[in-house]
Amino acid sequence: MKTLRIYATQNLGLLIAIAIFLVLYLIYATQLSRFGMNVVLQNANEVVPLALVSMAQTVPVLLGGLDLSVGPLMTMINCIASEFLAGDIWSVLFGCVLCLVIGSACGLLNGCIVVYGRIQPIIATLATGAIFIGVALFVRPTPGGKVDGDLSWALTNDINELGYTYGWWEDLGWFGLIPLPAVFLVLVVLLVWIPFRRSATGRGCYAIGSAEGAAYMSGIAINRSKLAAFTLAGFFAACAGLYLTLLTGSGNADAQQAGSYTLNSIAAVVIGGTSLFGGTGGCIGAIFGAMVIRAISFIFRVIDENSIFGFLASPLLQSLVEGAILLLAVSLGAARVFRVRNRLTLFT
Amino acid sequence: MAYLQMRGIAKTYGGVRALTDVDFACERGSIHAVLGENGAGKSTLIKIIAGVVQPDAGTMTLDGREVQFSSPLEANAAGIVCIFQELSLMPDLSVADNICITDPPRTRLGLIDSRAQRRRAEELLARVGCEDIDPRERVRNLPLSRRQMVEIAKALGRNPTLLILDEATSALTSSDVTKVYEILHQLRNEGLSLLYISHRMHEIKELADTCSVFRNGRHIETFPKDAHTDHEVVQLMIGREMSHVYPPKPKWDTPPQPVLEVRNLSWPPVLNDISLTVGRGEIVGLGGLDGQGQRELLLALFGVLRGVQGEVLIDGRKTAIGSPARAKSKRIGMALIPEDRKTEGLMLPMSIGANISMAAMPMLTRGLVIDRSREAQRITEMIQQLQIKIGGVGDPVATLSGGNQQKVVIAKWLMTGARIVLLNDPTRGIDVGTKQEIYQLLRRLADQGTAILFYTTDYDELIGSCDRVLILYDGKIVRELVGDQITETNIVASSLNLSDQIERAAAEARA
Amino acid sequence: MSSATTRMGIDKPILIAGAFVIVILLVGSAYTLATQGTLSFLSPTYLLQQLQIASFLGITAAGMMMVILLGHIDLSVPWTLSAAAMLATAVGGPAAVPVGLGVGLVVGLFNGLGVAYLRVPSMIFTLGVNTVLMGLMVILTGGFAPQSAATDLMLFFGRDRTFGIPHAVILWIAVSVAIVFILNRTPLGRYMYAIGNREAATYLSGVNTRLVIICSFVICSLCAAIAGLLLAGYSSRAFQAMGDEYLLPSIAAVVLGGTHILGGRGKYLGTVIGAVLIVLLQSVLSVMQMPEAGRQIIYGAVIILMLLVYGRGDKLRA
Repeated sequence: MKTLRIYATQNLGLLIAIAIFLVLYLIYATQLSRFGMNVVLQNANEVVPLALVSMAQTVPVLLGGLDLSVGPLMTMINCIASEFLAGDIWSVLFGCVLCLVIGSACGLLNGCIVVYGRIQPIIATLATGAIFIGVALFVRPTPGGKVDGDLSWALTNDINELGYTYGWWEDLGWFGLIPLPAVFLVLVVLLVWIPFRRSATGRGCYAIGSAEGAAYMSGIAINRSKLAAFTLAGFFAACAGLYLTLLTGSGNADAQQAGSYTLNSIAAVVIGGTSLFGGTGGCIGAIFGAMVIRAISFIFRVIDENSIFGFLASPLLQSLVEGAILLLAVSLGAARVFRVRNRLTLFT
Repeated sequence: MAYLQMRGIAKTYGGVRALTDVDFACERGSIHAVLGENGAGKSTLIKIIAGVVQPDAGTMTLDGREVQFSSPLEANAAGIVCIFQELSLMPDLSVADNICITDPPRTRLGLIDSRAQRRRAEELLARVGCEDIDPRERVRNLPLSRRQMVEIAKALGRNPTLLILDEATSALTSSDVTKVYEILHQLRNEGLSLLYISHRMHEIKELADTCSVFRNGRHIETFPKDAHTDHEVVQLMIGREMSHVYPPKPKWDTPPQPVLEVRNLSWPPVLNDISLTVGRGEIVGLGGLDGQGQRELLLALFGVLRGVQGEVLIDGRKTAIGSPARAKSKRIGMALIPEDRKTEGLMLPMSIGANISMAAMPMLTRGLVIDRSREAQRITEMIQQLQIKIGGVGDPVATLSGGNQQKVVIAKWLMTGARIVLLNDPTRGIDVGTKQEIYQLLRRLADQGTAILFYTTDYDELIGSCDRVLILYDGKIVRELVGDQITETNIVASSLNLSDQIERAAAEARA
Repeated sequence: MSSATTRMGIDKPILIAGAFVIVILLVGSAYTLATQGTLSFLSPTYLLQQLQIASFLGITAAGMMMVILLGHIDLSVPWTLSAAAMLATAVGGPAAVPVGLGVGLVVGLFNGLGVAYLRVPSMIFTLGVNTVLMGLMVILTGGFAPQSAATDLMLFFGRDRTFGIPHAVILWIAVSVAIVFILNRTPLGRYMYAIGNREAATYLSGVNTRLVIICSFVICSLCAAIAGLLLAGYSSRAFQAMGDEYLLPSIAAVVLGGTHILGGRGKYLGTVIGAVLIVLLQSVLSVMQMPEAGRQIIYGAVIILMLLVYGRGDKLRA
């Protein structure tokens, strides 16, 4: 019981995000006449790229910084991947690894500029973001790509389809209906995020975001943690780019889309309960934040004009509602301001 | 040879001597208390030992080997662990994370073993008798007293051979204090060397084996605990020549007309039922040990704190002061020289001129526009009046020495023509010459009719410059000293809340 | 640096950025001289044309500087700009310009209140406001198919010229004079720098810091609205997302001009040069037929390199 209470109070933001998501998704599911696993699959495919970009955004935010280059980096990897995800299994695998390595290296570059160049993260990543978009345009001046169609199909459907496409297995029953995008996301969390969070370096990031001075006094390797954080952000952004490539089967150096992914990632991170001042939160929250943002857009597709929500039936309202929910969410956090007894503490 | 041996240690901060030629030693298996007034050099001493600051001169040997620490980490590695007053915990991490932050237990994969970490935290917390703290709780959610216990547990987890406690018990509850005493005794019996700094005499009596008294940055005497009585110890702490020249105080035939009156002001839990008056032309001192609510009292009067109970009267009229902007208004005319000039008083990168005219800006405008010639003229006047030594008015204020920076802060408020001036330890860290100028200035302002409320940690200043002194202890005014009553003995004794005892002793000594 | 140049409002970043502007012009001229045998980059026509384009960015950046000086940021600029232009053209007639400015005023007030009173990080609050504005504009255009043609007044300021001088440039100069006046001659400007340096000390000096924050956000949104009206005049119409290309360049212009991204330091002249630099860089590169890819890369690299050269990375804001 006590464990539960502690968990709940420490992850309140995450729990609220999950609750909002469940409510929204329930509305969506009940409004949809033919709800089934195929719908879940489609939704999962829409969520995963944003979820991964939001995870990328989370790590620098934990330090108290902000990374404006996650969207551009994802776009750049998308364009690079559209050149390499073809051919036999080995060349595809090579392409994937190459993309992840490039992504991580670009993240490390951000980290170096921030740590050694001593430029504020927000402005450093604004500049590297432009560079990443430039590289993306260089790699792929016009949208397109030579992504292997089978591969793209097999990896963005459910487990059964993967088996059918390559003749590995037949119908696996309910297990086979699990969407692969969800599997990928869980794998990234389990194999990368959780180990990072439990490493000394990862905890160093939380410590720095919480109180950099105290972290220094406690012997945290400040520079190493910061470099690792930005590198990991690059890795997650690369994952997002890879998945986007599989999903669309092509690369597209769309600066506007990159920008909107960056901004949505900030919103997802905040909705997921991570503080922009650093120190608290995590990638799981960001995933649910991304799910909330996507769930809002799902709902707009299905609202029945004759129902009590009929006035919301217009898909035109989508951005408005998204923005309003974001503002509402952050303003609720403002309750703290009105409880402060020494006004000087507002300025620190 | 002693475990820790310091010879000829000296340290100056921007022209101010914090330590002068200090020889100091401390043994294993002993609890060593360091005593002294505010600013006697105790905290500089332990900062040097802990590697936070480096001495200008002198040598330090640990266990017979000469050592030099360039960072707290190096001191740590040598077995020196320090529990500072200001907490070194990370509020967003769990208690267990904080306790094990430096060297967490790891699994075979090299990851932090949270279970082992929790066990270690539980053991350490149990050792300090805090089984009630859940290691998974975030430090942010703990009350201050619990945080301090976590800090102690964290320090123990680093296996110190020399443990320094700087006012480590100031926020503890009495049951915790008992537990901490037990642990400290136990550690001493295990052969650790403990340095203990506290303002509470009874703690020292209960804990210490050896005491050292510091005064004015010098090591005065080291003696076994029972070698001196309380009264003698107090004499050792204050026994010094009056080093400053103060302007003469006026004679008060009739009490001055009150300008600022405070009735039953409370701000729980820090301030408790405070009533005081400050009259026209009067300098009222606020005394007591650091952190007894003096700072909060000034902030409350200046409209910074929310939820303040009680009444404030200005010129006999009840007045609500909800913000510094309101406090500054013509009707009230209040000014506050804040505690930390670097973060609360000045915009360091901005020019000297811009800093000086910041508060008086509304008086320097014609319509919406700054009257620049008038501004320049007033700034020049202020610089001359306060004799601020500057290169150019346009230089950043960060280029000035501490004393001149403080003068800039004062000039900023003088320019508003304030009738009520609150000062929060304005002479801390500035040189003697500037200090004397400030005393002269305060008296001059008072003679012109300003009401002054002056908090200082230097007892000498209370005696030399105040017409009345109010001593705070634990958020209450415990004593009001007027005229001849303002003596060091009285101030120190009432600051330690020992007044009756000491006075009796003093009376006996005289008899 | 001598105090004489400081008094004139010139500091190291401004000198470097100014020198870089000249380098860009020289490189461009060398290129045209080699390929076409002309010095078209130094012709008044070309330069005035560039200044006209720079005026939209310059006015947006001027507003952005007001909030960056405080240590805040305004991400709602793109859709404030678009919304002002779109609503103005939708209303049309003589009311168009006042409506557009009204949009700026309202958005600025809202941002300012959120940041000053709720103390939500400006980054996230203005991001939310941006999304809401976008939502409102989507409803407007989706539901009502409003007019989008610029009014005569907008055309007059955005597109027309007198004696060859674009009115947009004249307006930019007017806005600049107003901003310089605010920053240097009014208490408001003094307080903005003060808050950016140390909000607590400003508050303890008895300054109404909340009002200052609100004013800054209002000025920022008003500038964005003015830029939107001008841009609509320049392109003869208002359209969705017309402001999207102005967010990051306006931040970059402010920072390249030497304003510290965490607030408190910066001269307005720098922002003007920063805006000119960005517009010239883009233009020269496009004349040199540099593909978009190369332009973006050079743009990003220039920002980083110049900031490294300025070399004013403070370790921490203690």
